[in-house]
Amino acid sequence: MVNALPASVDDTHALLAAGDYVADRSLATALYLSLSLDRPLFLEGEAGVGKTEIAKVLAATLGRDLVRLQCYEGLDVASAVYEWNYARQMIEIRLAEADSETNRESLAQDIFSEQFLIRRPLLRALTPHDGGARVLLIDEVDRTDEPFEAYLLEVLSDFQVSIPEIGTIAADTPPIVVITSNRTREIHDALKRRCFYYWIDYPDAARELEILTTKAPGAPENLSREIVGFVQALRAEDLFKLPGVAESIDWAHALMQLDRVDLDPDTINDTLGTLLKYQDDIARIQGSEASRILEEVKAGIRSDAATR
Amino acid sequence: MPDSHLANDTPDGGRLVANIMHFARTLRAAGLPVGPGKVLDAVQAVRTVGIAGRADFYWTLHAVFVNRRDQRHVFDQAFHVFSRNPALLKRMMSLILPTSRPEQVLEKDELSPRVAEALLGDRPQAAAGEGAGEGEEIALDAALTWSDREILHDMDFDKMSADEMRHAKAAIAKMTLPIMDVPTRRFRPQPAGGRIDMRASLRAALRAGGDFAPLKRRHPRRRHPPLVVLCDISGSMDRYSRLLLHFLHAVTNDRDRVFTFLFGTRLTNITRHLRHRDVDVALDRVADAVSDWSGGTRIGHCLHQFHRDWSRRVLAQGAVVLFISDGLDREEDSGLDREIERLHKSCRRLIWLNPMLRFEGYEPRAMGNRAIMPYVDDFRPIHNLNSLAALVDVLSGPAANAAAMAEWRKAAAGKRERMPLQ
Repeated sequence: MVNALPASVDDTHALLAAGDYVADRSLATALYLSLSLDRPLFLEGEAGVGKTEIAKVLAATLGRDLVRLQCYEGLDVASAVYEWNYARQMIEIRLAEADSETNRESLAQDIFSEQFLIRRPLLRALTPHDGGARVLLIDEVDRTDEPFEAYLLEVLSDFQVSIPEIGTIAADTPPIVVITSNRTREIHDALKRRCFYYWIDYPDAARELEILTTKAPGAPENLSREIVGFVQALRAEDLFKLPGVAESIDWAHALMQLDRVDLDPDTINDTLGTLLKYQDDIARIQGSEASRILEEVKAGIRSDAATR
Repeated sequence: MPDSHLANDTPDGGRLVANIMHFARTLRAAGLPVGPGKVLDAVQAVRTVGIAGRADFYWTLHAVFVNRRDQRHVFDQAFHVFSRNPALLKRMMSLILPTSRPEQVLEKDELSPRVAEALLGDRPQAAAGEGAGEGEEIALDAALTWSDREILHDMDFDKMSADEMRHAKAAIAKMTLPIMDVPTRRFRPQPAGGRIDMRASLRAALRAGGDFAPLKRRHPRRRHPPLVVLCDISGSMDRYSRLLLHFLHAVTNDRDRVFTFLFGTRLTNITRHLRHRDVDVALDRVADAVSDWSGGTRIGHCLHQFHRDWSRRVLAQGAVVLFISDGLDREEDSGLDREIERLHKSCRRLIWLNPMLRFEGYEPRAMGNRAIMPYVDDFRPIHNLNSLAALVDVLSGPAANAAAMAEWRKAAAGKRERMPLQ
């Protein structure tokens, strides 16, 4: 079922909430702008703050197809946009020969027609179909190289693709485009200029608790509070890779799997690998440092409870 | 939504458009890339969202005007000045506009220097212009006599007179640094290429009527990897740092994807400052940006900072790293070996350029040297023009001289008696 686009910032906020995505109002504003003005939404942020998730939630709540293009170095037109089906084309040439078809012009037209076209994500997102505009997720655009970025410019500003043998294919309704980047490389301003930009930050404690309650509903409230407190404290430490929201959700699931209702130093040491992904970071936090942070977190929760 | 008559839709529309335009001009003056297109976008965006709440208004303009994370701060301050007191903004605007320049004192201490500078005009720039006078005489004729050049090439940088220094700078400005090319995953047509280009072949086949298909081939394109330069500017490197900066400037402007960092007691990214074409302006900016000239060295600490803040952004695509330092670390037990090992493992090639290598009988025995040596792929001198020129060969060649490197590592471990000749 295709749902209509939200009509205001509040609607957008509610839409995200309906898809179990706890968002700031600022994010809802940027998203609403991109939906109503047909511009891509450009999301940057550290790994694991929920950039990709937005596209998935949008597709699910709006009832649209999600087309995902995962970027990598050397990504080219053949794997991102379209490719000709060479095997079928060759067979077609053979068949034409058997029928003693000799008109080169008409043969060329037959062979380079849409039925021999293999559609890759970008072209698929632009092709008209019944289910309404699709959601196009261009994931981790910083992993690809500058030439592909330049190619994206045409696609994202006019929502059309030029295929030399056929002509231009344009979308009748522009797809909803979400672009994400991890900032392993600076994306060129020309591309960003065509988008609405939003930097997704780590959430604050209240917001993160809300996210945990939504995403890991089975966790006891006390445990969730401790997890949030601990993760927030870790983000203040000098670590190579700070734990994202995805990591705290994973950790909550892991702790529930282990039937813990309360954090203790041993459990933290055993499960720290879910939160921190670098050996240096783990070695730094494991043991006394973890106990110290945990003590502080617990004390903080106790004093919170006392004042409430 | 009609794009024309933007100002006439609502009774208050004219004010709004004018205000957004003023705000955009402030942002532009503060260095954000805000063009007229952005202003139109902003007006349209504000129309779409409505101006019910201040927060919504903020985030709407934010979505349009901000393109990078580091622009958020400038935007935030400009917005707050703008919304708190449009009159103040107006006064500031009148300062920017060249027509009138009333002498008004603004409380600029609460503003970021960039916003304040934009609002108060570019006085610091004028000062910088005077400092550039030093470079004026550089308009030398490059026609040095052969013997002049010869002497200059072998002369140690720290023994040069001011005049010789100038010649050396001119020679450096002409240097290019060909890094060896590496194959990419993109292809280009090539008759003897390794792979068959199906698309080109089929097109060629059709041109011939489909009777036969000439095989077209393709080959991976080659491209130079990014270059990351980490240059030591501590006290012990003092005599070299001025000329090295000229060298870095030449290298940075010679190609794309060069990232340059200076370190002494802390790390500074000077890539953007060096991008300025004029070497003296560029170096002035660098001088302003760096606060730890000729101080101590904390190599381990700086490398740690580099790994944490920058390595993921600049080393991601298989970079070649030039590590310019004498390797004299002032800090005991700074984890230098750990950090340098990490650097070695996360780049394509780690080349250590050490000016100390000019001394005959140099032994890499100092603590820092010992820590670094096991992890470098190449170890080179950098103290005169010849050694800079030799760098060209090192970088364009495929691999280091393995035997010489083995000798150096042994020396660093203290197991060898005699030094190899350079």
